[in-house]
Amino acid sequence: MIASPNAPVLEIKDVAKTFGPVTALKRMNLSVRSGRVHTLLGENGAGKSTLMKILVGLFQPTSGSITLRGKPYAPKNPIEAKALGLSIVFQELSLCRNLSVAENILATHEPNSFGFIKERDLNAQAAQIVSELGLPVNVRTKVGDLSIAQRQLVEIAKGLSRPADVVILDEPTSSLSDSEAEILFTIIDRLKAKGTAIIYISHRMEEIMRISDDITVIRDGSFVATTEKQNTSIEGLIALMVGREMKDIYPPRLVERPSSAIAPVLAVENLSEAGRFENVSLDVRPGEVVGLFGLIGSGRSDVMKALFGFGQPTGTIRLNGNPVHLRSPADAIRHGIAFVTENRKEEGLVLQHSVERNINMVALGQLAGQFGFTRPARERAAAKTEILRLAIKTASMETPAGSLSGGNQQKIVIAKWLQTRPKILILDEPTRGVDVGAKFEIYRIIRELAAAGTAILMVSSELPEVLGLSDRLVIMHNKRVAKMLDAQGLSPETVMTYAAGIHQ
Amino acid sequence: MTNSTETKQALLASPLIRQYGGIVISLIILCLVFSTISPRFLAFNNFMNIMQQVAVIAVAAYGMTYVILLGDIDLSVGSIIAVAGMVAAQAFSMGFGFVPTVFITLAAGAIMGGLNGVLSAKLMLPSFIVTVATMGIYRGAVSLPTNGAPASIDNETWLAIGSESWLGLPIIIWIVIALFAINHIVLSRTIFGRRAYLAGGNREAAIYSGIRVDRLKIIIFMISGVMAAISGILLSSRLSSAQTNAGMGYELDAIAAVVLGGTSLAGGVGTMVGTILGALIIGVINNGMNMLAVPYFYQLIFKGIVILFAVWLDVRSKSMRA
Repeated sequence: MIASPNAPVLEIKDVAKTFGPVTALKRMNLSVRSGRVHTLLGENGAGKSTLMKILVGLFQPTSGSITLRGKPYAPKNPIEAKALGLSIVFQELSLCRNLSVAENILATHEPNSFGFIKERDLNAQAAQIVSELGLPVNVRTKVGDLSIAQRQLVEIAKGLSRPADVVILDEPTSSLSDSEAEILFTIIDRLKAKGTAIIYISHRMEEIMRISDDITVIRDGSFVATTEKQNTSIEGLIALMVGREMKDIYPPRLVERPSSAIAPVLAVENLSEAGRFENVSLDVRPGEVVGLFGLIGSGRSDVMKALFGFGQPTGTIRLNGNPVHLRSPADAIRHGIAFVTENRKEEGLVLQHSVERNINMVALGQLAGQFGFTRPARERAAAKTEILRLAIKTASMETPAGSLSGGNQQKIVIAKWLQTRPKILILDEPTRGVDVGAKFEIYRIIRELAAAGTAILMVSSELPEVLGLSDRLVIMHNKRVAKMLDAQGLSPETVMTYAAGIHQ
Repeated sequence: MTNSTETKQALLASPLIRQYGGIVISLIILCLVFSTISPRFLAFNNFMNIMQQVAVIAVAAYGMTYVILLGDIDLSVGSIIAVAGMVAAQAFSMGFGFVPTVFITLAAGAIMGGLNGVLSAKLMLPSFIVTVATMGIYRGAVSLPTNGAPASIDNETWLAIGSESWLGLPIIIWIVIALFAINHIVLSRTIFGRRAYLAGGNREAAIYSGIRVDRLKIIIFMISGVMAAISGILLSSRLSSAQTNAGMGYELDAIAAVVLGGTSLAGGVGTMVGTILGALIIGVINNGMNMLAVPYFYQLIFKGIVILFAVWLDVRSKSMRA
């Protein structure tokens, strides 16, 4: 199947795509070689997804040519693309929750006779695929019973269920923990050994530097540069991506960190909830950024939810020294707590509603006039203020939130909480799926809020981010607080040893 | 000349035309068809007829708009319409006056709707199933006081609602207009209305934003029950009696009116203006075909086709914009 090692398999020449007057891709050039990982790097909106959609046949290019193994390549749909030898693993999960792992992996090509599925062959074939990939899942399990991370691994298995010359992995690690990401990297190594070419898309720079062979940077729909990994650095890549030098990703703090003599605004003592977390104690002072770090399944997200009025935890939550009982999110909001949730599409936004309505979603009552009547002029002014303050890029306030880029959607979620003037701001993965430029702006916003006296509790699975922004760090392992540390001068290795439970 | 093109362009660009263009065109086409076939169709008196006939559906559809906006459905409104009439007849026969009877009837609607809401919100049952069940329960309950016989109503004020006029307009039309104004303002200008849009658009996000979605749902089903009870008052007044099969199938006309009006069955999008236009379409179809003496079974077929066509037109114009 493969002519010679590391020969170009997929060649994209001067491909452009326009939608009416809108240009999504100006001029793309890409040469992907067999047995190598080729990373595509660019901010959200740079044109990566348009290119991927062209490759799987969802869009047809306006001009330019694509060849696969020397032959013109122009699939009309994903099924044809797969038959021609190109597989894609989507970042958004495309699995049926009520079907088993085996049924999902072999969906659309189940072993059958006369249309009747051969259950035994199905499970055996799926089990073989799964064990070849080294995935720790039972193929008879329903996908709905798996964790998000396991589902992502099944998604990958599904994408690799048929031999392919080119495999596209679109942000495959965004919901994986480090140990699960290792499984993926092993799979990638095996694919490379077999001569498969891999197009890899990710926003995680450390990971990109680790597994890539070639890296292509695209910006504003155009090809910027392709380099081999050993000839570049993270700083160099970021500079290419954003088109400017970004000296320090983490902006410096604006004021001195609050002294340890200041009383905490939020103090949690021995908070427990059966099966979710045990004896969690932590505190946050006004103007302080406390990072909460832990691997997936460590209980960190459940702790955040408990602080926002979900569940029935035991233990004490004190606000300004007074014990409070938070029965619902409405209760928590009344006490000045805000919660920027992890999944903006599910828990954050009403995608079909306007930017303005989304921004004013939480502060609705505060902005209203007498007898529960809304005040449109005041709402518009309030939304406008937040759009300017957070530099949200939108055509107008009436634009549906769903049509904005990931970074701008995330800023709307932050904006809707800032409207309530919170005393305590909880951020759960504030920069997930957000491009570098927007990340930097979100970091700046966090700094500004802290400087203004907001107590910030931030959960993130990106260790450099937690270390770069936090004053103190709470590390969770196995549903307990493993360690509370001063974040200043802390090494990533130390944090990981606590998070992995090696250090006791 | 240029002036008129400019006006035309301005009209096309205005969000109102874009939002309701499809349904207004459907309404105009229907009126043109009926008036060419029957010259009596366009008479002012006939317009009053249509409005009166549409009243019962329109008022029930106001309540249904909130429910569908929330992403739910209420199939029990037809039965509530009948129960409301029977409650009123019984209240009168017990000697209650006009005003207490109105309150008793509205309370009955609120209780029945509230029960739908509580069952759906607190037991986490889909509203479709809950209201399929209560549709049967309420329908059966209508016959309890009279063993299935109709009950006549002779309170004069009550009967005046369906027969008298005020300032040249039938009282029933004043009620439809007043309720439209109230519901339109509640939906578009209050926190309550906004919360209904938010919770219907994304339930999870609404909960995280501090909206008590369960409570909202119960209140919305109560509103639907009260609106259905008002429909029941209008209908029993026009019929001078409470019939056990009154309002049968009206829930489907109400749902059709709401959906014709552009409210999304998935929740989060819709308006009262759309609903009243949708109710008018249903009314025009019913009236036009009655006038042409089209047999009932043909009416059903034609109405189904028009609903499909109008909704398709709407979906198409919306997807072209996107």
